[in-house]
Amino acid sequence: MDSSSLLVSPFTSLIELGGLLLVIPLMLPVIGLLLALMLGGRFLGRFMLLLLLLGLIAALAVATAVLTGGDALLYHLGGWAPPLGVALKADGLSAILLLVSAVVILAVGIYAQRDFRVPPGAPETRASLVFWMLLMGVWAGLNAAFLGQDLFTLFVALELLTFSAVPLVALDGRAETLAAALRYLLFALLGSVLYLLGAVLFYGTYATLDIALLAERIAGAPSLPPPIVAAAALMTVGLLAKTALFPLHLWLPPAHAGAPPAASAILSALVVKASFFLILRIWFDVLPGALNPMTAQILGALGAGAILFGNLIALRQARLKLLIAYSTVAQIGYLFLIFPLAASAESLALTGGMLQVVSHACAKAAMFMAAGLLAGTLGHDRIRDLGGSIRVLPITVLAFGLAGLSLIGIQPSGGYLTKTLLTAAVDGTGQWWWGLVMQAGGLLTAAYLFWVLGHALSGPPSGQVVARPGRAQELVVLALALAALLLGLLPPALFDLVGVGRAGLDASAAVSTAMAGAFGWSKLWGDVWPILVVGLLVLGMLPWPDRQANASERLAATTSSVTGHWAAALGAILERADRGLRKWPVAGLSLLVLALALAAAIATGS
Amino acid sequence: MTSALVVDAALALLVLGLALWVISTRAAYSAVVGFVAYGLLMAIVWVRLAAVDVAMTEAALGTGLTGLLLLGAAARLAPYEAAEVSSRPGRGLRMLIGLLCAAIALGLAAVVLMLPDPAPTLALLVAENLPPTGVGNPVTGVLLAHRAIDTLLESVVLIPALIGVWSVAADPAWGGRPGSLPRPQSGSALTLLAQVLPPFGILIGIHLVWNGADDPGGKFQGATVLAAMWILVLIAGLREPPAVRDQRLRVLLVIGALVFIGIGVAGIWLADAFLAYPEGYAKPLILAIEAVLTLSIALTLGLLLAGPPANDHRSGGRS
Repeated sequence: MDSSSLLVSPFTSLIELGGLLLVIPLMLPVIGLLLALMLGGRFLGRFMLLLLLLGLIAALAVATAVLTGGDALLYHLGGWAPPLGVALKADGLSAILLLVSAVVILAVGIYAQRDFRVPPGAPETRASLVFWMLLMGVWAGLNAAFLGQDLFTLFVALELLTFSAVPLVALDGRAETLAAALRYLLFALLGSVLYLLGAVLFYGTYATLDIALLAERIAGAPSLPPPIVAAAALMTVGLLAKTALFPLHLWLPPAHAGAPPAASAILSALVVKASFFLILRIWFDVLPGALNPMTAQILGALGAGAILFGNLIALRQARLKLLIAYSTVAQIGYLFLIFPLAASAESLALTGGMLQVVSHACAKAAMFMAAGLLAGTLGHDRIRDLGGSIRVLPITVLAFGLAGLSLIGIQPSGGYLTKTLLTAAVDGTGQWWWGLVMQAGGLLTAAYLFWVLGHALSGPPSGQVVARPGRAQELVVLALALAALLLGLLPPALFDLVGVGRAGLDASAAVSTAMAGAFGWSKLWGDVWPILVVGLLVLGMLPWPDRQANASERLAATTSSVTGHWAAALGAILERADRGLRKWPVAGLSLLVLALALAAAIATGS
Repeated sequence: MTSALVVDAALALLVLGLALWVISTRAAYSAVVGFVAYGLLMAIVWVRLAAVDVAMTEAALGTGLTGLLLLGAAARLAPYEAAEVSSRPGRGLRMLIGLLCAAIALGLAAVVLMLPDPAPTLALLVAENLPPTGVGNPVTGVLLAHRAIDTLLESVVLIPALIGVWSVAADPAWGGRPGSLPRPQSGSALTLLAQVLPPFGILIGIHLVWNGADDPGGKFQGATVLAAMWILVLIAGLREPPAVRDQRLRVLLVIGALVFIGIGVAGIWLADAFLAYPEGYAKPLILAIEAVLTLSIALTLGLLLAGPPANDHRSGGRS
């Protein structure tokens, strides 16, 4: 038995279903959502875990079928072919996202068993029922968004996702998180409306909503008709609002920082990726070839802004969960560097971008859950008061650090592959400015991670332990962090999944090249020394135990941060800018300006 | 023809004027009233465009149910409105936003005028493929056969929405009865209305669903009418809203979507595709799905209005 048949045998019966296999990831979470309401009760968490395991098997089967078959899986629902009916399709990108979602949601499901346990004697709690139902709702929305081939079905998927994700933010019921949830809801609904408007214009022009048919009909036209220019601009902007790309990030930090840790992990790791994935679908599958340099540069510039701005603001945060949330704002930025780089280096850019999706999903879920364990154990998440937490929660702090290494981009992490592939694309296309942004982003990321770890590692425990986390919780967080860190060690052939259903994309070659020299001394040293310098600088600014004696001094210092006094003024200006950008009228203005700018950029090139 | 043109022009101007008024008016309450009137006018516009199904949905859901929800919200927000208005952005920023919105609206209007004429459509293809579904109303054929997955997922979306409403309950109140409906006043005309109207309303609702197979109408419109009758009875205090822990209620909420999925899965064996109907049985199956979905949707819509479970439920109500 050779290796490929060994890989296939457990799933043979599932894989033989062909396209019908796609119905399982589409319907399993929906059935879970409905049954959860019917069953409710004390053992809901266990039952949901069972469904999550089944979902993982289904996602593995889809990925195996797509990779070994070498072609996308296609299914016509109800036997009706488009344009009349609705098609499901899993190409390589869908398969990867299905799989990473199944893995992360399963990890979160294991982690959440303890946080959403129903106390003895109670038949059911509000938080338990709401969390498990909405987790299923989010999963259903994600899978529908990854598989849907019809612009309206994708809209319904977005709705399912939004209505499930928003109440998760306010699960603890505090006024502050309710306000964050409402902000998220209103901005996300604005995004939905813009998306729907675009879908209507597509239908009005071509009488179909099917992605493949639209691509066919648009490719035949000499230039983009004006309604399609408007549709592309509206849908892109609407989805950017849902993805929280800078400067439309007004809702993300309070929502992702205010949600319970298990929910934050899902929101940051997966939910924002679904709307990003639809932007990819629009530009690479519906309108291939319509992405002109100007549009691509605008999207890239927003991404670069997100990387620099998000990381700088993250440095200024006094609370761990807010720091991680701003880190998400920054990490979303890398995804949008795909657009300017894809023009002449599609293999490198798309593979790098997908690796960023996967590694950020694992790393960020691990970080939010680690932060949740720290906050649950210490009773707070103030970074300055994390002193000595390594002794209380060694595994958790280790997991946080390992996940952080992936964000910085140390080999062999997914982050390293992303950085290397995108840098190769930068070299290939001569757009050196994106390379600079990525370097700066990596160093800033290193700075705030050393800041957090420095506090966690140094000094005696500075507070009381209010609760002990479960061992399973710590281990699952560690497992996710390791998944992000060791992503680059997977056999390169597996990365060919990225290119299935997409002509001329050689992902495994790109990954092999990137990994080939990864552990050479000069390469390793060249990558690590700037990070070490940043690390030493940050550690030099840490308050040492003897300097901590004066409590009032410590209190005064909580408003300062790693950037130190010389940069305090700059930091204050940036924070004020962030507060300004996150005001409703300003965010609304940004949205309008972006819509018009994108429409103008798309029109000039068509 | 000219008189129709005059009516249409007047209608268009009225809709535009009302839309502007809704945006510019300060008080939330009057804006909501304006919005309800706007929705009713839009329903007439849809009738003029020969889209009777859309008109009914607009009137029932877009105007009736949404209007009720908005009126409730406006009433609750009234005490905070002055503070909100005083903290609005400066004149310059508002002018700029207004100008950009106007630019986008004009751009959209221009783009709509540039759409191909005659509009490309799937209507012919739908008509050709209607016979296998056994239904006469093409809208129902599209919603329950050709694009059944969208209808299924749309009916599922209502459940997270309801859970979202329930999720803002206080923990001790979990499991209890929803408590956002106004307190009933005994001996009012409302009681009489709630006793007389529902039998007719229920008949109309069922008629809409039954008729939807071959004529304009369908489960969403019918369910809204049924939900309205239920809410009337609840507001009049003739019945208490059910507790959210009620097992029967929970089954009824999800039974519609579950039956839909069940029939869809059976289609894999009986009709060679998920969500396909076996030949000759399409119409009865579609009617069955519509019937149970109507029940689930009506309950969900009613409960959306009834709000999250509350401890201090109106004790004055008769049970």
